[in-house]
Amino acid sequence: MNERIVVVGHGMAGARLAAELHARGGDRRITVLGAEPHRAYNRIMLSTLLAGRIGEPDVELVEAVGPGVEVHTGAAVTVVDRAAGEVVTDDGERHGYDHLVLATGSRAVVPPLPGLAPMPERVVPFRTLGDCRRILAAAEGARRVVVLGGGLLGLEAARGLAARGLDVTVVHPVGHLMERQLDPPAGAVLAGTLAGLGVRSRLGAAATAVNADADGVRLHLGDAGTLDADLLVLCCGVRPDTALAAAAGLAVERGVVVDDRMRTSDRRISAIGDCAQHDGTLTGLVAPAWAQARVVADVLTGADPLARYRPRPAVTRLKAAGIDLAAMGDVAGTGDAGGPVEELTFADPARGTYARLRIRDERLTGAILLGDNPAVGTVVQLFDRGAPVPADRRSLLLGRAFGEAPAGPAASPALMPDAATVCRCNDVSKGALVACWRAGARTAAALSASTRAGTGCGSCRDAVAGVAAWLAEADPQATDAVRETVEVAS
Amino acid sequence: MVLRATGDGVEVGARDFPTNRGGLCQKGWTAADLLDHPDRLTTPLLRDRPGGELRPATWDEALDRIAAGVRDVQQRHGPDAVAVFGGGGLTNEKAYALGRFARVTLRTRHIDYNGRWCMSSAAAAGNRAFGIDRGLPFPLADLGRAAAALLVGANPAETMPPLMRHVTDLRERGGQLIVVDPRATATARQADLHLQPLPGTDLAVANALLHIALTEGWLDRAYVAERTTGFDEVRRTVAGYWPAEVERLSGVPVADLHATARALATVDRAIILTARGAEQHAKGVDTVTALINLALALGLPGRPGSGYGCLTGQGNGQGGREHGQKADQLPGYRRIDDPAARAHVAGVWGVDPDSLPGPGVPAYQLLDALGTPSGARALLVFGSNPVVSAPRAARVESRLRALDLLVVADFVRSETAELADVVLPVAQWAEEDGTMTNLEGRVLRRRALREPPAGVRTELEILAALAGRLTDGAPLPSDPREVFAELGRASAGGPADYAGITWDRIDADTGVFWPCPDRDGPDTPRLFADRFPTPDGRARFHAVTHRPAAESVCADYPLHFTTGRVLAQYQSGAQTRRVAALRRAAPGGFVELHPDLAARLGVTEGAPVRVVSRRGELRAPARLSTAIRPDTVFAPFHWPGAQRANSVTNDALDPVSGMPEFKICAVRVEPA
Repeated sequence: MNERIVVVGHGMAGARLAAELHARGGDRRITVLGAEPHRAYNRIMLSTLLAGRIGEPDVELVEAVGPGVEVHTGAAVTVVDRAAGEVVTDDGERHGYDHLVLATGSRAVVPPLPGLAPMPERVVPFRTLGDCRRILAAAEGARRVVVLGGGLLGLEAARGLAARGLDVTVVHPVGHLMERQLDPPAGAVLAGTLAGLGVRSRLGAAATAVNADADGVRLHLGDAGTLDADLLVLCCGVRPDTALAAAAGLAVERGVVVDDRMRTSDRRISAIGDCAQHDGTLTGLVAPAWAQARVVADVLTGADPLARYRPRPAVTRLKAAGIDLAAMGDVAGTGDAGGPVEELTFADPARGTYARLRIRDERLTGAILLGDNPAVGTVVQLFDRGAPVPADRRSLLLGRAFGEAPAGPAASPALMPDAATVCRCNDVSKGALVACWRAGARTAAALSASTRAGTGCGSCRDAVAGVAAWLAEADPQATDAVRETVEVAS
Repeated sequence: MVLRATGDGVEVGARDFPTNRGGLCQKGWTAADLLDHPDRLTTPLLRDRPGGELRPATWDEALDRIAAGVRDVQQRHGPDAVAVFGGGGLTNEKAYALGRFARVTLRTRHIDYNGRWCMSSAAAAGNRAFGIDRGLPFPLADLGRAAAALLVGANPAETMPPLMRHVTDLRERGGQLIVVDPRATATARQADLHLQPLPGTDLAVANALLHIALTEGWLDRAYVAERTTGFDEVRRTVAGYWPAEVERLSGVPVADLHATARALATVDRAIILTARGAEQHAKGVDTVTALINLALALGLPGRPGSGYGCLTGQGNGQGGREHGQKADQLPGYRRIDDPAARAHVAGVWGVDPDSLPGPGVPAYQLLDALGTPSGARALLVFGSNPVVSAPRAARVESRLRALDLLVVADFVRSETAELADVVLPVAQWAEEDGTMTNLEGRVLRRRALREPPAGVRTELEILAALAGRLTDGAPLPSDPREVFAELGRASAGGPADYAGITWDRIDADTGVFWPCPDRDGPDTPRLFADRFPTPDGRARFHAVTHRPAAESVCADYPLHFTTGRVLAQYQSGAQTRRVAALRRAAPGGFVELHPDLAARLGVTEGAPVRVVSRRGELRAPARLSTAIRPDTVFAPFHWPGAQRANSVTNDALDPVSGMPEFKICAVRVEPA
């Protein structure tokens, strides 16, 4: 019988794994069981969906299709029967497996506040496409929205809803936004940027209770008063969905414990994505989930039996219209060990720009870049690859253009050395033009004709004319030529 | 250009032509220097025994030797044991005649050419998306009127300087130029925005641009619905290429990706162009496809003043790939495995369709197999210098040395000619009539100004003479006008239809754009206005995904290596290295590296360095430049011997086009 691989979860990790398995060929039977009723979709694009710029089909992802692949949507697995090598879905169907992969993801954390059980109509967590639909339905006719949680997800939701023209307030219990990634000054700059985009921040405000009815929702902030809104969106973090694994008796800590091959404590079962805990760490990001899917596919299919998951350092990126934030590594520097630490900073809060980088042993150990930082791509790559930083550190703050000659008009011909190239296409130096002038070519056109300067790409025609004008001025005997040169040059 | 005979030679003049607008770079201005160059060959050369010296010989001696060698090899090993290798610099007439000579006279399936290493990835991508491969589906002047242009892996300021006149036009009209290149090239420095990705990540960048266009609502959904197929799978694929992830992969900031997508998507007239930087990869076809997908999703192809195009790399890069020099192709851009195409062309050639061989293998595979049990044992090279220009060149050189017979037709003793058993001296451009097809699909005339020197023959004469020695059939025409007329008949009804083009018609105007099926009918300056030449008239999206380069960097080979051209040299340099003015401008090879990298390696400006890959090494002086990424080194590929960049390059091939991965491999650099 062909090997049967069952994947529990049809989110970004599960769908990717099925595609990776399928792409490696072979005659395995791949069954994907997804609790959500839709095609696979890209969770990262949900805030764009909230903003109303795209429709639901636009968030769909590629799925594995073809012989040997079965995708069941709306099929929630309730039991893993390890003894029988089967999983059971909520409608009682049993699927036998030779290898099982858990890609159950994570669930939105609902804070233990009075008034949230049962969840009122006007209060919605932000996690799934279904949540998105509910938020959009509630946003219809709404004016004011409160987003509870000023982490990455909360700010993405807030930005998306503000883009719909809604009045959005982010409530965050800590004194600055995204405190896990940002230092207080960066958080302050970010709050300022958001304010400019129509998103208010209530910081250091702990929610204590929620009152909701058909007309609206009121968030209580203890002594800090209350906030009224038409809709409350909960962005209070996520928690790995480990219920199945725990019930099946697999080793579970914060997530399902896996090794470098993404194997759980049962070698017939793997776990990938948000639900997996590798080397004590939960990822919560797509790129590692996809890297884990590749490892599992390589190992299970034998394409690369030695494939192992090697985590890469996380880079947090918030990019929405008007916001450009990258945060990585340890900027506070609590974990520094080794050589002396260098710190680079740049701040232009009035324009929403802030940069702070830490360097040790010629490597970046952490960075926060907010606003217009032209070197952000370089910084991310250097951090990601552990590559040495540039000798001139300023280029990390000011971009690669720093230190290069400006592309603007050339220096005055008088100041150019004779060897300076005027025309690259025909390798003509200033000296060659001068020699040509002395030999009697007294106009830009004549200089071009005899040296071919300006006859290639044409971009140095002004420079040739400039040299001609300068020579004419320096050589008062050639008055007629001067007049002609100026005409050509103008 | 125009030519004028002077008392002691030929003078090059400018011609105000719509494509180059009178512009010529130094290579053009000095082209006549080669006509009477002391290195010019004016007599055939023969090597009497392996290891012996080449000695002057008569034409009869040389041709007899070739005919005997071909006959001997074919008798012992079959018709496919003789192979033909052409070039993208040959005229249409020669390219056509070479294909016919291979299929009809030699009856070998083994013919391919150096254009395989040039435009083949863009050609394959264009064919599968649009049903046709014409470098630019619009006149180049459209570029000057575009509001935004994206150049990916193209450096025309060095490789095709007159094109920059159109770029200047674009910028003076307020248009935006965006250049994607791992190096801050002369072209990139003129750009409004320069994206400097890690080599080998252009595909991901293109998918991210489409992702952004999708999420910003910038797609031309009506166009996608009416004029294309296959978008849904592309949409789902690019959904997985969110900008932050591609930023991490490529190093291109999200904000720059966004600005690029916006620039292309929010204007009426936008043009996307690729060249070798994007194409010379083992995923070159898919990279071009990703950019074509972007163009299609934005509704550019067929929209006035907009579209996707590829910049050709050789003088007749376009025409040279249309008329049968390619392993899988018959004249008129027909497929050799299409029975109807075989029947038509066989009819023109007066042979039985079943006598035509099937498809051969792409250039590198052809050369790689030479002298092995599965490969050819005799090779005829026309207009190419693979010892310098082939990837993993030391391997190719060893294969050429293993041949029973190597024939090279050239006008100087190129590095490949030095290995030959027979060298045939041929005429140069100013000494022959014919046609070339430029990057616009515009068929142009080449006019003879003077007779070739005594002792020199044209390739058409050589092929006719060889055919006369090898077969009893009707003689091959050696008059180019006659060959062109036959080419027109053979191409009739094919994608690249020249049937309505005559030399007189070309002469009467500024060239003729193919397809041009009727003598009295119009030519086609712009394609795709109403339909695409696919069976259903729609363009085709193909979902493509990023994958790593064939060779990744590692501890032993920690740097990326990429190659390219410099302004004053051309291709293998066999010609331009012999022109004194060009030699002065660009006297030798070099290795470009970032000062930070140089400091870590202990290398100073001008110091000799070795660039070592798994396949070989090159030695050249270091040139320090902040124009290149610190994780990448660059060398131009025009020089032979120790400075040969292709000793280092990777021979991994694109599975569709057979394009080698010239543009990225893993190396280490050390002081020499």
